[in-house]
Amino acid sequence: MTRARLLILSALALPFVSVHAQQPAFDRTRPPALGAAPALTIPSVRASRLASGAALKVVEQRELPLVHITLQFAGGGRLDNDMPGLASFVATMVREGAGTRDANALQSELAYLGATLAANADWDNTSITLRVAKRNLDAALDLMADVVLRPTFAAADVRRQRDLRLAALLQQKDQPRTLATLTFNRALFPAGHPYRQSLGGDSASTAALDSAVVRAFHDGAYRPLRATFTVVGDIDEAEARSLLDRRFGTWAIRGAERRPAPVLVAATRSPARRVILVDKPGAAQSVIMIGAPGLERTTPDYAAIQVMNTILGGSFSSRLNSNLRETKGYTYGANSGFQWRPLPGAFVASSDVRTDVTDSSLVEFFREIRTLRDSLVSEGELARAKAFIALGIPGDFESTAQIAGQVTALALFNLPLTWLQEYVTAVNAVTAADVQRVARRYVPDDAATVIVVGDLAKVRAGIEALNLGPVTIVPVEELARP
Amino acid sequence: MMPLSPSRPPTLMRLLASAIAFVALSTPLAAQGPLRVPVTVDTLPNGLTLIIHQDPSVPVVTTNVWYHVGSGDEKLGRTGFAHLFEHLMFMGSKNAPYPQFDRLLEAAGANNNGSTNPDRTNYYESGPASALPLMLWLEADRLGWMLETMDGPKVDLQRDVVKNERRQSYENQPYGLAYENLVSAIYPKGHPYSWSTIGSMADLSAASLEDVKDFFRTYYTPNNASIVVAGAVNVDSVRALARQMFGEIPRGPAIERPRPAAFTLRDTTIVLEDRVQLPRVYLAWHTVPEFSADDAALDVAAYVLAGARNSRLTQALVFQRELATNASAFNSSKRLDGDFQVVATARPGIALDSLTRVIDAELRRLASEPPSARELEQAKNSIEASFLNGLEFVDAKADRLNAYYYATGTPDYFQQDLDRYRRVTAADVSRVIRQYLLTGRVTLSVVPQGRTNLAATPRVTQ
Repeated sequence: MTRARLLILSALALPFVSVHAQQPAFDRTRPPALGAAPALTIPSVRASRLASGAALKVVEQRELPLVHITLQFAGGGRLDNDMPGLASFVATMVREGAGTRDANALQSELAYLGATLAANADWDNTSITLRVAKRNLDAALDLMADVVLRPTFAAADVRRQRDLRLAALLQQKDQPRTLATLTFNRALFPAGHPYRQSLGGDSASTAALDSAVVRAFHDGAYRPLRATFTVVGDIDEAEARSLLDRRFGTWAIRGAERRPAPVLVAATRSPARRVILVDKPGAAQSVIMIGAPGLERTTPDYAAIQVMNTILGGSFSSRLNSNLRETKGYTYGANSGFQWRPLPGAFVASSDVRTDVTDSSLVEFFREIRTLRDSLVSEGELARAKAFIALGIPGDFESTAQIAGQVTALALFNLPLTWLQEYVTAVNAVTAADVQRVARRYVPDDAATVIVVGDLAKVRAGIEALNLGPVTIVPVEELARP
Repeated sequence: MMPLSPSRPPTLMRLLASAIAFVALSTPLAAQGPLRVPVTVDTLPNGLTLIIHQDPSVPVVTTNVWYHVGSGDEKLGRTGFAHLFEHLMFMGSKNAPYPQFDRLLEAAGANNNGSTNPDRTNYYESGPASALPLMLWLEADRLGWMLETMDGPKVDLQRDVVKNERRQSYENQPYGLAYENLVSAIYPKGHPYSWSTIGSMADLSAASLEDVKDFFRTYYTPNNASIVVAGAVNVDSVRALARQMFGEIPRGPAIERPRPAAFTLRDTTIVLEDRVQLPRVYLAWHTVPEFSADDAALDVAAYVLAGARNSRLTQALVFQRELATNASAFNSSKRLDGDFQVVATARPGIALDSLTRVIDAELRRLASEPPSARELEQAKNSIEASFLNGLEFVDAKADRLNAYYYATGTPDYFQQDLDRYRRVTAADVSRVIRQYLLTGRVTLSVVPQGRTNLAATPRVTQ
């Protein structure tokens, strides 16, 4: 209290009046002019290799005495093949005991050092992330090396985590949005396509998990030539290399390298619009997902698509949100987006809507999709979307984790951080005609797959009356088996 | 940590950004030397507090406004109103009519949102430094010139949106109605924390345009607000700008704050049937307000019980006896009062009594045997690490400066806050368990429809 008051007094003593007098006349009725936006400064990345062959990227960032390390192995859920959920399960298991420590000792040691060590798998990478104060880096790296190189995978620990995962899978039945996503992936990706599976697996694949399976995956996927260390923070390249070489320099390779099964099928491009319903009796809302297969991240249309999506459903002022939330009051929010992965993901437009306006919401979704496909966006809307994307980029480099995240996200598509400069240029060059062209090409109308998870006794008739296309019903038991 | 209710849900893009932020949690700096977040504090003649923190590390700025009003200030029959009002603050003002607020900020490359909790409502914008005058102009316009554009249709529309938010985040979520049942059992009728921030459907329906006007005139005044401007800014220009934008807004009336009476919680048992696969038990006790003497010790106790993989309840329930899929414990202290919760979800086929028996045994053990030195140190280091991690982000720092200012009168209270945790002893942990958690409590069971036989039964002792 005291200190704040003192500061208030001294502040009031400042010559405010003269500062005020120097200002040009202030007209409250107009928004203040925006000054020049700060230039985008992209941190420099030093790339090299460790003795083991693992790649090393270092971004020196001395603002705080903190180091963030992301170790990525190429291949996450894409390596699951016929064992859905395996990559993410192995990522859970590496923290369940490693080196001489069991899971409790490991957790105790990490927390004692004030370090966090996370491991997870997405579709394309397995990531082990360490964040720690510089002064505890050495000790924390010893633990990280144990987790990466010497996980225990004790049978009892595997069984325990397997049972926990089975319980979590059981709970998917309760979650309308999870049910919608499972339905969507099954509709868009045919059998044999990796994205049809769930990253978290299913009850059959989970029941089959044991230590031998887990160890074989670890041997085959956690290998130096598939590894990239991205180090950001209070450290330079020489020091990072020396600390990492000491622990990851000699790296025994065991077993055969794990490869993704060849993908011989493409996402299902529905020839005609179709509707798939999932019954959730008593649901307070309906979850709507409308989508179609997406495209490669390397498309020359990338910037135009991002601008187009910002207008459709990628910002608060987007058309979907303005219509369904702000005009009609049907929902708490509506949005859209493209999944960008090395294999084409999907386009999804989505919202949770009040049960009694489920059909009306579908009408509005398609109204917005058609309007975007059939007419040019206004110059004001276009300029706003471009600025929202381009001017927001500097804010993505605030923290060490964000910087590491940018480096690794672009590396997935073999793009350097400096690509962002080209991206800004490309975004600024997008025209209204470009927006319409990519909307017509990638945002589905006649070829849309429509998923609704809700109380079918209340919503089915209304949806059928819209004549969107053939309607099928998927039983919940087929999506989330007990 | 209080449940927040952002007025707008994250878009896909925002979800991505928040996922990145989540990875960033727990940055341990384990401070060398006192931690300082230097600020200037000014009070304008109309009572508005202006806090400026310069951080030139990246070319972004944040404005963060706290109005010292939350769901705890609501009247009976109008629960959910403070949060509904928050939504209305985005519906336009005289010089920035709807939908200019969002459009202008997006065109400047900036994000914005707001949130409401029982004690306060906040509004924030984040973006390139060039957007600062716009951010301040928009905040000033809705503080000074919002009411004249407010009308019934705007209230009706956002009432619908908020009801949808209630459906999406509470009614359509498994266990989603547990929280409001829990708080209404912990706190006596009429206590400001006895209802949830989202409010009831009936009360949301009852809110009128007149209520909106009264609420605005009472609480949305410069003397009931503090604004933090943080980031790549020049202190003198911010002062001049803020004075220009906010200076002519008149001071409002003095505000009468709720003063809840003291109370003693008696054992209460509640059973809720829900569309869930697994039963879950919530135990809750009445504790103390935030920043009061035992607040930090209760946070440490929560960590020792269920803060990590190797914490006591997690160990006993999830890993040793394998009765639960998860266990959590948290000290939910607020400005006027507090409660402490232990939550555990049963594994398939397990009745909740098996869980509460273990929880009771662990509570008694911790009450009689203090945690080991190592256990205590782990808890403190971990709390400190996650505390310090927020300092990487300008917007998180800004919100915390406002929080400290409202709670203690000192925005840069970071070091004092850390010191509270460093002072906690092993004996303190056992004492707060004895003092607060071996007393009357609420036992709330959420069970699958028709499976009330799985619910926790009232305790024999007590």
